Amino acid sequence: MTALRHYETPLQTTAFHPRTEAANKLWSWGNWAGYATVLTYEDLAMEHSAIRNTATVYDLCPMVKYRIEGPEAAVYLNRLTLRDAAKLSVSGVHYTAWVTDQGHLLDDGTLFRLAPDQYRLCCQERHLPWLLDSAHGFDVTVTDETEEIAALSLQGPTSAEILRLAGFDVDQLKPFRMMDLPFGTGRLMISRTGFTGDLGYELWTTPDQALALWDALFQAGALHGLRPIGSAAVNIARLEAGFIITGYDFTPADICLREDRLRSPLEMGLGWLIDWDKGHFTGKAALARQRDHGPKWAFVGLEIEGNIPADGAILYHAQKREVGVITGACWSPVLKKNIALAQILAEHAAGSNIWAEIYALRELHYEKLMMRARVVERPFFAPARRRATPPGRF
Amino acid sequence: MPMPSYDVIVIGAGPNGLAAAHRLASRGAKVLVLEGANTPGGGAGLAHLSYNLDARVEAAMNLRDHGLRWMSTNLATTALSADGMHLRLEGALGDRLTGNCSDADHIAWAQLRRRLLRFAAVLSPLNQMTPPRIARKAGNHLLQLAKVGLRARMLGASEFRELGRILLTNVHDLLDDELTSPLLKGVLAFDATLGGWLGPRSPNTVLPWLVRLSGQTAGVQGVLGLPKGGMPALAAALARSVEAAGVTLRCNARVIRIMIEAERAVGVTLTSGEEVRAPRILSAIAPAVTLLDLVGPRHLDTGLTTRARQLKARGGTAKLDLTLRALPDFRGANLKDRLVIAGSEHAVETAFNPVKYGRTPDRPVMEIVLPSAHDPEAPHHLSAIVQFAPHAPADRDAARQAMLAACMAQLETQAPGIGALVQRAEILMPFDIEDRYGLPGGQWHAGELSVEQMLFLRPLPGVAQYRGPIPGLWLASAGCHPGGGVSGTPGWNAALAMEAAE
Amino acid sequence: MTHDALVIGAGHNGLVTACYLARAGLKVLVIEKNDWIGGAAVSRELYPGFTYSNCSYVSSLFRPEIMRDLELPRHGLQILPYEGGALFTENGGYLGMFRDHDANRREFARHSKRDAEAYDRYSRDILRNCRLIRPMLMRRPPDLASFRPRDLMELAWLGKQITGQSEAQIYDMLRFWTMSISDFLDGYFENPAMKAYQAVGSIIGTALGPMSPGTAYVLLHHAMGDVDGNVGSWGYSRGGMGGITKALTASLQASGGEVRTGSGVAQVLVQNGRAVGVVLDNGDEFRARRVISNMDVRRTFLKHVEAKELPDEFLKRVQRFKTRGSSGKLNIALDGVPRFTALPEGAPNLRGDLHFTDTIEKMEMAYDDWKAGHYSRQPFQDVMIPTLIDPTMTPPGKHFMSCFVQYAPPKIEGRDWTDADRDGFRDACLNQIEAYAPGFKSLILHAEVRTPRELEAEVGLTEGNIFQGELTFDQMFFNRPVPGYANYRSPIKNLWICGSSTHPGGGVMGAPGRNAAAEILRDLKVPAKDLSDAYAIV
Repeated sequence: MTALRHYETPLQTTAFHPRTEAANKLWSWGNWAGYATVLTYEDLAMEHSAIRNTATVYDLCPMVKYRIEGPEAAVYLNRLTLRDAAKLSVSGVHYTAWVTDQGHLLDDGTLFRLAPDQYRLCCQERHLPWLLDSAHGFDVTVTDETEEIAALSLQGPTSAEILRLAGFDVDQLKPFRMMDLPFGTGRLMISRTGFTGDLGYELWTTPDQALALWDALFQAGALHGLRPIGSAAVNIARLEAGFIITGYDFTPADICLREDRLRSPLEMGLGWLIDWDKGHFTGKAALARQRDHGPKWAFVGLEIEGNIPADGAILYHAQKREVGVITGACWSPVLKKNIALAQILAEHAAGSNIWAEIYALRELHYEKLMMRARVVERPFFAPARRRATPPGRF
Repeated sequence: MPMPSYDVIVIGAGPNGLAAAHRLASRGAKVLVLEGANTPGGGAGLAHLSYNLDARVEAAMNLRDHGLRWMSTNLATTALSADGMHLRLEGALGDRLTGNCSDADHIAWAQLRRRLLRFAAVLSPLNQMTPPRIARKAGNHLLQLAKVGLRARMLGASEFRELGRILLTNVHDLLDDELTSPLLKGVLAFDATLGGWLGPRSPNTVLPWLVRLSGQTAGVQGVLGLPKGGMPALAAALARSVEAAGVTLRCNARVIRIMIEAERAVGVTLTSGEEVRAPRILSAIAPAVTLLDLVGPRHLDTGLTTRARQLKARGGTAKLDLTLRALPDFRGANLKDRLVIAGSEHAVETAFNPVKYGRTPDRPVMEIVLPSAHDPEAPHHLSAIVQFAPHAPADRDAARQAMLAACMAQLETQAPGIGALVQRAEILMPFDIEDRYGLPGGQWHAGELSVEQMLFLRPLPGVAQYRGPIPGLWLASAGCHPGGGVSGTPGWNAALAMEAAE
Repeated sequence: MTHDALVIGAGHNGLVTACYLARAGLKVLVIEKNDWIGGAAVSRELYPGFTYSNCSYVSSLFRPEIMRDLELPRHGLQILPYEGGALFTENGGYLGMFRDHDANRREFARHSKRDAEAYDRYSRDILRNCRLIRPMLMRRPPDLASFRPRDLMELAWLGKQITGQSEAQIYDMLRFWTMSISDFLDGYFENPAMKAYQAVGSIIGTALGPMSPGTAYVLLHHAMGDVDGNVGSWGYSRGGMGGITKALTASLQASGGEVRTGSGVAQVLVQNGRAVGVVLDNGDEFRARRVISNMDVRRTFLKHVEAKELPDEFLKRVQRFKTRGSSGKLNIALDGVPRFTALPEGAPNLRGDLHFTDTIEKMEMAYDDWKAGHYSRQPFQDVMIPTLIDPTMTPPGKHFMSCFVQYAPPKIEGRDWTDADRDGFRDACLNQIEAYAPGFKSLILHAEVRTPRELEAEVGLTEGNIFQGELTFDQMFFNRPVPGYANYRSPIKNLWICGSSTHPGGGVMGAPGRNAAAEILRDLKVPAKDLSDAYAIV
């Protein structure tokens, strides 16, 4: 047992750190799950614009990754998560979530089926105790492989073209499918997934191949507008796509202090994930009760008048009664609208006469604005190119 | 698919399984009881005295007609002293003290005894109820609960406060505050901690004692009963009564799995592979075994599974059986009495200390019953319940040997020469009890009867109202409220809860 | 001359009561038997140039509402947060604790990846219970057997606090409040050192081992404080724990109150069932409209009040109030910083709490010795070197080390402690540290050794119990100190109690003193304008 001197560097660095550090002109760093992560490299507007018009690279290493393998991996995941993991075919990916006995959301994430008996679960928060507790009685092993994998998200209209130029033929790769290729002295897995709602891929390799991958992409992407982007730009893109983030849009149940902040998938707009017919899963009885009695909360997309982002704004009905809170908001450059995601009392989910109380900080003073909010369908932005196979050439 | 031929399958023919089966059958249900062992009785085979046979069960099951005879319904206790200056406790909870004890202790004990019995009596209606839930619209028996509260308050302000004070306190202080005689404190501390995994100095030891003291034998609270033929005879009477009620009782039929279909319990699978179906399954074996082994984690939520795995079931009690050539002499003690070796409350505590680390005590404390002293025709046999023994020692055989040697040394100090009378000696350590009776950790209550595992927390929050976590499954073992002993109470309560749900 | 209020004992609670009463306009006198003030929140110079925290040694529980009401920072109080700590393992390693969440997680992951992640849920569960219990600290407990409107309302308030939680959370709470810390920790962690570290707060000052039920609550008692809003975090009082009582004294004097040291109270004077004053050991007599005792209840009623003035039932309960001491203390002047071989040079852990008991079982064995009437042969120690953060306590380059020790019984095998026992106790502690920091003993310039004998003789804590009464359920909340008297009053009119023997108990918290003052002012119908209610927990 050697003593680490980690107290000298509480934040870990990712396998791409030599490149991200060099590109981080603003020296703007944040903490993502204990890793130093870039918030904005150079210019937020340019970074977001690249997602929608050219291509971008985002360092995904801090994303928590678990390897779940064994003869009962599918059975285990079926009891753990809301969807039917057995129906997921090999080389397929699906978005899913999991809950406590009481039906409260622990996290959401993407599940990759690597082989009949092998899955990878990627998520925002750490869940090893829960995953191990859930494994009791199943022939399955659960391993945290976050540090064994270097991952990049390559997103934007020209992303497929860049991959082609880098020598990876992704023409036949459909959304939520993945492929495995040799790369350098190791392997590269490419999945057609992402968190931007645009055409895009996620690239998975081992840390020793990380810098070579970065360099290969930037060499190929030099003339296709490829640029690294930070979490701030990703946040705008995900809001446009209507995606939620654990810890931002809801508090994970295992660390949630205030019980009134707990949320179920039904309350977070994730009811569509629940496979009621696949048999038992953790939280099913509680969720069925909630389904029958009606959930207390709903999760909605909002369009808010004006152009001031409404982060954290309290929602009112008829400008009087508090009925909810905005969990994420931005001015959408691609839609030219002021959009937001919000938790709102279920009886107001239809959304008439809803107002957002926005505090806009202007030269040390808050300007208080009461702005009309309109409930709209999510996603706010869903271009056809994200699904086209083969992907368009841009 | 064949139609299910039974309304209810009861798993386990221990006192609770039999009591539940009888109650359900007497209301017209077709009941099958499945027992893994070759005789019914379950944990009753471990006990040698009765202290809490449920009066409802005894009456409804007509046990007298089915052969139950009491050799004694008011067994006296002799607290043994190595100098022969024994202390004798007669009547309910030592109503009369004779022997080595000061006048002050006589007076103090009379007061404390009355108080303990009164407190136990106030709380006793809770034993016969489904534990309440702390929630609105939970279907609690509010009137009955209010009555318990009212009866407690009717004790008077001072006694009510005293109840509030001692509820979660420890036996050592409770006794030490009032009494001086080490022998008296020793025997009481022994009784209070019997079957648990705590020494008398541990907080929360008074409440389980009060639960014990709420028990009755032949309608009298706080006495000990010895059935003719021993506790197996009581178990046999229960079994005969059940069969007379039309229940099918099958021994050598061990359930290995509860069948779940469409998220409902629909039947059971036996070790033979045979499947038996019924719309309701009532498990009268330990909750941890029922949930983790018979149902299995894949049919349960992760949180519940984890809690079931963490359910505390540490057995601290061993059973010693000696076949003797002749009756021993415990320095003149009346051999018809229950004999207790526990020189002081410290002796009980000291016997507990090593068990915390998986080791055996040098000087275990024990209660001894000699059935042949009552029945001249019976072979000479000494039955002892010994505290404390480790449930998970590093080396089981070495621990068993050390425990037996320590027991014999203890007996020798009280009955010199007893060693030479022994023809055959057997000691069942907690792990042996687990192997033989299926009680996790060898725990007599099928899960420790500790405060954090009592009432609505027993066996686990959420499944404390006898209703299992899966439709069609009910829990009815000693691991449920109000706990163990050969009482039949959890089984009876579970059957009532099942009826109420229909 | 007649005082409005006479407080016996210049400990932190006595001074808090005195301060509030003086601010409300009462004429207050505090009587202290020692030549110095402070009680168990005391700093004395026993070796030239070195200020010790002779008894209590860290601060977290002291209520911020009191600091603010009484303007203690203006009178010199400063609380310095400290940085973490380390538990040394027998195999030469250590488990460190850090203030930074990520450093902490990575350190725990070195021992168990699972435990590192379980820690967040564990902290959340502790914090949930803290949120529930904190509002109860600054309220008078209800009398269960009373039908008075105030008691009924208080009971209703309590019921609302509890039932404001979900059903599942209520069950978790009840389990937590009744469990042993050992069983509780088994529900979260697998690593023995991790469990031992988390169990520290469950045995400090307690005559119970970590396997005793009720110890999870004791952990909560040590986790419910805060330093500037960081719940569960601990700090040093600058200049030693005496800084708290010094600031209180200054605040009292600024409000016109007085402290008189050097002669203790011999007897509380009672006439016609009413307390009317005190007579001191030196014969001086003071008259007062009310007498408020900061001494523990046994000392107050068994030594300084005539038995005939008290109802039998009350007297019996006081006699049986459990005050078994379980702790000892070493205060050491050091010539330099000891080098703990397991820790990397420069590791911040040295600036926090240090421990050498790496399993729950070893803690429990230390308790077994106490039960047998002996000090622990392998004691549990909570060692701190506050001068690494607060250099004001010693000359430059020199250090003060505080070693809090479990377990030390009030009597050794039924007889009084001898000096030889005390030396044996000291050596057991010093040798334990020396094993992890070779050369440590050669740095010792002076050591003050305090067993329960010294704590009783000097501070006045009966049997050396640092909480003025054990923190077990039968002596908590409406049972503290005596059922029916959990209202800071006594059977003698105008005789009040305000020390840690009363709700909410021990630790340098000030809440008992504040609550007693609130009750006195309420009786007087004096508006308590400077007396804050507990800060709302949002």
